[in-house]
Formats: sequence, structure tokens, C-alpha cells
Amino acid sequence: MTPGSFEYHRPQSVDEAVALLGQYGDEGKVLAGGHSLVPMMKLRLAAPSHLIDINGIDDLKGIAEDGGEIVIGAGTTQAEVLASDLLAESCPILPEAAALIADPQVRNCGTVGGNCANGDPGNDYPAIMIALGASYTLRSADGERQVVAADFYEGVYATAIEDNELMIAVRIPTHADGAGMSYRKIKRKVGDYAIAAAAVTLSMDGGKCASATVALTNVADTAVLSAAAADALVGSAVDDKAIDAAAEKAMADSDPAEDLRGPVEYRRAMAGEMTRRAIREALARAGGS
Amino acid sequence: MSDAKEMTLEEREATLSGIGTARKRKEDARFIRGQGNYVDDIKLPGMLHGDFVRSQHAHALIKSIDASKALEVPGVLAVITAKDLEPLALHWMPTLAGDVAAVLADKKVHYQNQEIAFVVAVDRYAAADGVQEVVVEYEALPALIDPLTALDDDAPIIRDDVADNDEVGQGKRRHPNHIFEWEVGDAAATDAAFEAAEVTIAEDILYPRCHPSPIETCGCVASMDGVNGKLTVYGTFQAPHVIRTVVSLITGLAESSIRIVSPDIGGGFGNKVGAYPGYICAAAASIVTGHPVKWIESRIDNLSATAFARDYHMVGELAADKDGKITAIRAKVVADHGAFNTHAQPMKWPAGLFNIVTGSYDIPVGHVKVDGVYTNKAPGGVAYRCSFRVTEAAYLIERMIDVLAQKLDIDKAEIRKRNFVQPDQFPYNSCLGWEYDSGDYPTALEQALAAVDYEGLKKEQAEKREAGELMGIGISTFTEIVGAGPTRNCDIVGLGMFDSCEIRVHPTGSAIARLGTKATGQGHETTFAQIIATELGIPSDDIAIEEGDTDTAPYGLGTYGSRSTPVAGAAAARAARKIRDKAKKIAAHVLEVAEDDLEWEVDRFKVPGSDVQMTMKEIAMAAYSNVPDGMEHGLETVDYYDPPNFTYPFGAYICVVDIDRFTGDVAVRKFYALDDCGTRINPMVIDGQVHGGLAEAYGIALGQEIVYDDTGNVLGASLMDYFLPTAVETPEWETDFTVTPSPHHPIGAKGVGESPNVGGVPAFANAIVDAFAHHGVTHMRMPHTQWRVWQTLNELGLNK
Repeated sequence: MTPGSFEYHRPQSVDEAVALLGQYGDEGKVLAGGHSLVPMMKLRLAAPSHLIDINGIDDLKGIAEDGGEIVIGAGTTQAEVLASDLLAESCPILPEAAALIADPQVRNCGTVGGNCANGDPGNDYPAIMIALGASYTLRSADGERQVVAADFYEGVYATAIEDNELMIAVRIPTHADGAGMSYRKIKRKVGDYAIAAAAVTLSMDGGKCASATVALTNVADTAVLSAAAADALVGSAVDDKAIDAAAEKAMADSDPAEDLRGPVEYRRAMAGEMTRRAIREALARAGGS
Repeated sequence: MSDAKEMTLEEREATLSGIGTARKRKEDARFIRGQGNYVDDIKLPGMLHGDFVRSQHAHALIKSIDASKALEVPGVLAVITAKDLEPLALHWMPTLAGDVAAVLADKKVHYQNQEIAFVVAVDRYAAADGVQEVVVEYEALPALIDPLTALDDDAPIIRDDVADNDEVGQGKRRHPNHIFEWEVGDAAATDAAFEAAEVTIAEDILYPRCHPSPIETCGCVASMDGVNGKLTVYGTFQAPHVIRTVVSLITGLAESSIRIVSPDIGGGFGNKVGAYPGYICAAAASIVTGHPVKWIESRIDNLSATAFARDYHMVGELAADKDGKITAIRAKVVADHGAFNTHAQPMKWPAGLFNIVTGSYDIPVGHVKVDGVYTNKAPGGVAYRCSFRVTEAAYLIERMIDVLAQKLDIDKAEIRKRNFVQPDQFPYNSCLGWEYDSGDYPTALEQALAAVDYEGLKKEQAEKREAGELMGIGISTFTEIVGAGPTRNCDIVGLGMFDSCEIRVHPTGSAIARLGTKATGQGHETTFAQIIATELGIPSDDIAIEEGDTDTAPYGLGTYGSRSTPVAGAAAARAARKIRDKAKKIAAHVLEVAEDDLEWEVDRFKVPGSDVQMTMKEIAMAAYSNVPDGMEHGLETVDYYDPPNFTYPFGAYICVVDIDRFTGDVAVRKFYALDDCGTRINPMVIDGQVHGGLAEAYGIALGQEIVYDDTGNVLGASLMDYFLPTAVETPEWETDFTVTPSPHHPIGAKGVGESPNVGGVPAFANAIVDAFAHHGVTHMRMPHTQWRVWQTLNELGLNK
């Protein structure tokens, strides 16, 4: 591990952290769990002059319910997501996805905020947050704003976050309509990014699909919200025909690159297959069959 | 004289923890406490650090190297290039295969990540900072990546330095990119057998380029003592004595002025046999600066620039009668050796022991031809946890016999039984020139079939096929050739491939043994002590084992090719027996009886039927206090063992897989491994070796490949992409054994560490292909990644 030289900061409060970000702008980089940033620094693909370590900020931790929303502090680790009774009860897709992220060592350090804010299309939470209709709380010295997850991602490592902003929390609407959720991921091995993965939420009313969202991981430059796939489900009985139609739409909305995970044709097919599997699981959980 | 009368014979034997005991590994006490001492743990006063500038191109001329900016980086002391090494004649080095390899790129680069300049700095960070500031100007040349085009008339010539030579160390060649042609067998008789055959099969079978990828990468600390002129190199060396000789030949330093030390090594698997530019550059930098210099590879460096394995492009053919009895074998191979021929085979065997390709089968005639070629890829071709090219041979025959079975619609277990060399045929002379020492293949396979309920599995498979599900049963009944080797067949740079053991028994009855091998995880400190314990009657806990320091250990050729137990283990037994012979004379003298009246019993000599006896512990003290007239004091000896033959371990593996027909995911439901390695020294260590080797085989079969794009960029040279299975992916293993001792080995042992890799890969591959056999599929390319399996599913329309 031989990164370039940098200055290390360890703010104790959010105010201190955003002050540092304001001061250093694009020279500064936030260190949360470090599992994306540190490997990049090791390869010198990232060479920030100032590393702002937010692990000492208690205000960024914690999972709570707040007026129809679940609020997860950006510094909450994947391990804490896995251990949360609240999430297990009201948003089980998150702990289920956390279990698919890397390995226990990584999950002990890796954070929700890091996973959401990094802008790597391989990260698992962006698609899930998009599917859940979540929004991100961003704060700078100038104040705070909310950005809807679906509007946050602009490209590979390119997001709506400004250089002087820190992601504070993720806010997820509670799904009071009995929606079923599922995240299905195919990967080569533990610790790998997805070949493809799909997040699905789905609610049923009188044997018909009342609402649905479908979002995909690592099959384009950003997480993909496939409105067409969701549209193929809404109003249907979510039978095989509708599921296949949704999978076809998801495949059409994906634009994967060939890499060692497989050629484009395979990765697109897996976007479809994971969509199928996630729909079936979400359907079962929504009380459908 | 003994006070140990209370113990029974069995109790005394148990006290020794000798051969056959599942003794806990002595090494583990330090490893599990984090107290191992690896090369990177070595920190010497004033130590400097080196790092390489590496080539961005696969093939290019170097127009210029500008180090001026790097030399301005704080902490950077020197930037060494080929020009600086040239006056010392160190810019090229001889390889173990008779070729030469660039230490630092001289006028051109031959593969991506080849070493161009060595930056020496006060710490590792400054060295890396310096590397970034060295500016290399290239003129790109077309890269040759596909070995099957290497000998084309218009192929780019890779090695300008040897382009006009009619040989490069391994016989005549016919093209500037040709390294060697190697042939064995009877071509005419084989052709005739094929013409007369009732049935023939042929299959293109690639064993792709993979990498041994030990968890510890390569590295060294070189320290030149300017006062006494002695060069000490601590390094990740599987063969420290050979390295010392090579360093002596390269530098002109006397071997007495060179000390090579291999401390604890975190896995080798063939990757750490050869010599790398880093060793030479660190030594040169230490000589120049007068400081110790450390060089440790990164993971990317290791995967992309140090010795790879396999890359054998094979065409296999079998001729047979309609009952499946094989009448001839033919194999043609193009071997991609990369840009320099640095593979580590015995010199006379440019394709290693590939002519073991007849496997466990009694094949009357055969012919094999292997062409080695240069490409713009990293050099290597080492034996990745196998004896030289044996895993390629085992993969080929074990795949081909399945192809033949499918062609004739004969059960894959049955066709093996019909072709096995039978127990009464040993010692068996194969048509390609080997004398198999011992084996009982039918018993091993029957035991395996019964253990997995083969008939039940076949029935289940038939039902699954009816239901459109994909289930495969893979069988591998492999035979290895290990323990290089007889010096009449085997040498490396002229050094016979004997090995050695020196034993010294101390006055109070404990002992130290030093060997010419070097464990990289095999547990020598445990198992060699057990051999000596049984032979000498001293508890294995009282026997210290040392390896890896050329100043103290006797000369040996090192650890690879499952040679440690067959060769050094034999030396240990023989050295112990020499000591026992002397001990007997001392006992006769002290006990005042005739030597012939004494018999050995577990841990002592005694006169049968009497109380006259003397334990080895007592004899040890007498060796230092009361020896017969004319006898030297002390109780020590050394044995250099030249094995009369190789050993031929074998096994019967059965693998069962279920394939997800929508994703191409392969789930290994069952893996049963029966190994016969002759006499079993430590069953627990054997199980550990088998588990580890099977995990590697699983990795190779399902995911490991060093991939290049068509311009020679190496893709995925990190553990993110290169598949090292973790505990999560690794299947459950069931191990079993039969025991067919080697008749020529002093204790009947054969070597086992590599069997699971050699036999495991075809078992996985055969299971996966078998899942598709009813759709007419005879072969699928390794590694069987999800996407490749899915492509087969997609082509067959099975994923709908």
C-alpha cells in the first residue's frame, strides 16, 4: 500500500467536516469505510491532497424511524445494517443486500453513505435506494438539501454531490402498503461486484400489481431505474408473461460493458434473469404467489 | 539399563509420533499467532527499498528513459537501467531453461509490465513516487499474442537478441519465435494404429494460462557486506541452493561468498522456483549503495510479470476398438512460453514430463509432439502445484477418455476399467517411456464408485435429464509422475536433481535435521521429523527440522514437483538409517555384546529375549562419551539421495455438479477424492494438502485465467478478477485413500501435495461437460466461468 502523500484530517463533528470540505474543495476527499477509496489510492488512481476521515463523527451513525421515513446515518456500517431489528422488520431488502456486499471484514468498515455516495455502478445500494424511492441528505457549510436517489447518479463516479458537500443521511419512505421487496445479485465470488443485480419493490391489490419499481446494478454507467420494467408489471397479475415482459424491458434498459464478468450479451441476459428472480421473490413477499 | 520398562511397545511407539501419526503441524504454532517470519518481515539497519518502472506496452522499442525528474524526488537515491547493469554484465541473466532473460529491458520491451528501471529510495513510498516520475519513450511494435500464429512467416519477431540463433538452449528450432520442438514415441506405429482403428476421436483442448498466485508475492532483501565481501539474500525461494549457484554464475562471486536464506514462505506452487529481475536488481543495488535493499512485489506485479503456468494448446487424439479399448494416443501441443524461456523443467525435458499423457491406461503405442513458442506475454510455464507439465497431460487424457466414452456410448467409469494398467503389470513400461513403479487402479476406482453410490447418481442423473435439469458426474482416475528425479534423467543447469538430509543427534537424545528442500506450506517441520522419529526412535517433538539457509543446509534442489518426500524424505530415512547403524555399534560396545546379537525395537537396540538393551537416548550420550576404539565421536551424518525412479501417485476423484440453466452457475454438490500416495506419513497433513490442492483445482477449473487483449494488455491481474476461491465458494471435500507403497522408496512414500490439483481439474471439467453430454457436447473450454457455461446453454437453447 503505497499511496501518494496526503494530509490526514479527523473532524469530530459534521460542521467541522463540511468546513474542511469547503476549505479544500476538490483537493479533499472523504474517507468513510475506505473500501473504494483506499484501493484507488493504492493504485494512485486517486491522489487526494487532503483525506478527511469522518469515522469519528457520532452524528453520522444510527438507524431510526422518523415520521414515515427510515433515516440511516451515512456513517452507519453494513454490519450495523445487518444487525438492525428496525430494518429487518420494515426494510428487509437492505440487510439482505448488505449480506451480499463483500465479506464481514469489509462490512465492518464499509458504510451506507460511502456505498451510496461513491458513484461506482458496482455498488449495490444505489439501485436499491432508487427502487425504494429514497433520498439523500447532503450538507455543506451553506446548508442542507435533499436529492432523490434517482436523480443523484450522473455517470461513473459522477454524482450530484458537490465538492463541498457531505452526505449526512439516507431517508427511505416506509412502505406501508405491504410491498414486497427483493434484491437478487449474481457475482463471481465473494467480494466481487455484480455481474448484474436487480432490486424490485412490488405491491398487490386484488390480485393485480398496484405498484412496482425495478432498478439494476452494474449494467450501465450508473444504477438504472427501469420504469418500463415496472410498467410491464403494474396492472398485471404478475404471471410468467408479465414477468418475462418486465425482464425484457430491464434488459433493454441495461447497457453493460464487456469485462471479465462476461460479454455484453451475457451480462444483459443476467440483468433480465435477476429481474425475473427478484420479481418472483418480491411477489411472494407481497402476498402474491 | 533402561528405566522405560513400564511402557508397552505400543506406548513407546506412540511416544515417538512417527510415521502414520496425525501429528499436529509444528509450524502452525507460529503461523496462527502471526509469528511467522516472512521476507517482508525482515528489516535490516539502513535498509533501502526498490520498485520497478514497468512497461506499458507488450512490444515496443525503448527510445529513451529519462530519470532526471525521479532523481529529484525526495528520498530517491538511484534509478538503475539496463545501461547501468551492462558494465557488470547483469542486464541479462541465464534462465533455468538455457535461454537468457532481460533483467531490465534492453532496447526493447517484450511484454506488458516488463521491468524497465529499478528505483532505489529510502522508503517504499519514495520509491513508488520515483517510479511515477521516470519518463519512458516508446515506439510501439505489433504484438504477438496468439501462440498459434507465432510461427507464421509474417509473425512479428519477438526476440531480436536471439533471432539468428539456430537454438536457444533446448535443441534445434525453425523460426525466430520458435523455442524448441520435442517429440517422443513412435510416430509411424501410431499412424498405423490410427489407420487400423475401428474408432478415433480428436479434440482441441486448451489448458489456459493461469498463475500459481501464492498469497505471499515474491520478494527479497539483498545485503552486501562491504567489509567481508559476502552477499546475503533473504528471499522467497523454493530452491535456495539453485538460486545460490545461479547468483554465483551470474555475478562471478564465489558460492562461499553468497548466503541465500529462505525464511517462512507463504506458498510457492512453482511461482518461486526461478530467478526474477527483482533479485538481481536488489543485489546490484546493495552492492552499489552498500546498504541492504528490499524488493517486494505488489499483487499486480506478481500476477502480470512473474511465472505463469500452463498455456498449453493441445490437440488430443485416441484410437480405439469398438469396445473402447484404446489402441493408440497422439497429442500435438503448442506451448506458449511468453517472451523468455524461463520455465523450470529438468533441462532434458523441454515439455517436462508431459509424456505421462498415457495416464492410468495401458495404451500400446503413442506419439507426442510439443512446440514451444515465444509470444509477447510474461515468461514462465512453471509447474503450478504439479510435477512438470503433468497436470496438462492428466487433463488431456482424462478429458479424452470421456470423449471416447461418449462417442462409443460406454459408461465413463466402465471405459476406464477397460483400459486400466492392471496391478499385475507393475512395474509397467508405458509406450512413451516411463516405468510406473506401483499402482492398483481398479481397486481405487471401485472404492470410489461405491463411496459415492455411482449407480444411484446415474439413476438420478437420468431422471434429472428427463426433467430438463442439468446434473453432471465427473470422474478422474489420474496417475502422476513426481519426485524429480533420477539424475540420469533430470538436471537443472547441470545440477543433478538429488536431494539431501543431514542429521545430528545431540548428547541428550534430541536431534536436528537439515534438508536441501524448502517448505512453502507443506509442513516439512512436522513430517520429516516423523520419518526420522520412526527410523531413529527419537520422539518427533525432539527433532528440529531446518531448511532454507544455504550456509547451514546441505545442497539440494528444492521443493516443487512433489519431490520433497520422494527425494529429501528418502534422504532423511537413509541418513537416519546410517546413524542407526553407527548407534548399533556403540550399543554393542557399551553392552559388551556382539553387534549381530542386537535387534532394533522401536526406540532401542536389545538382545532378543533378554533385558540387555540400550535406548537411542542412552546411545546418544554414549556417542559423545564412550565410543569403541577407532570410532569417531558424535552421531551425525548426511545423505545425498539420487532416486532410482520417479514415484507414481494416483487417485480416483468423483465430482457431482448441478448447473443453473438460466445463469450458468455451477454448484459442486459433491467432491470425493481418493488418493494413493503410498505410505502415509501424516494423514492430517495429507488431508490438508488434498483440501488445499482441490481448492486450487476448483479455482482453475471454474475461474482462473490470465487474460490478454489482442494488443497484449493483461486484463484482470488483481485478486478482484483473478479467481482465488474463498471459504464461501470452496466446496465440501470428502477424502479417502488406498495404500500402494512405492517399491523403490526407502519408506514407500510417493508425494501427495500436487495430486489434488492434477487430478482435481479434470474431475471438475468432466463433471461440467458430462452435464451436457446428452446434448452431444464433448468438450467445453476452461475456465468454466458462469458466462462460458451460459454460452453453451444459450447455444443449445437450454436457458429458455
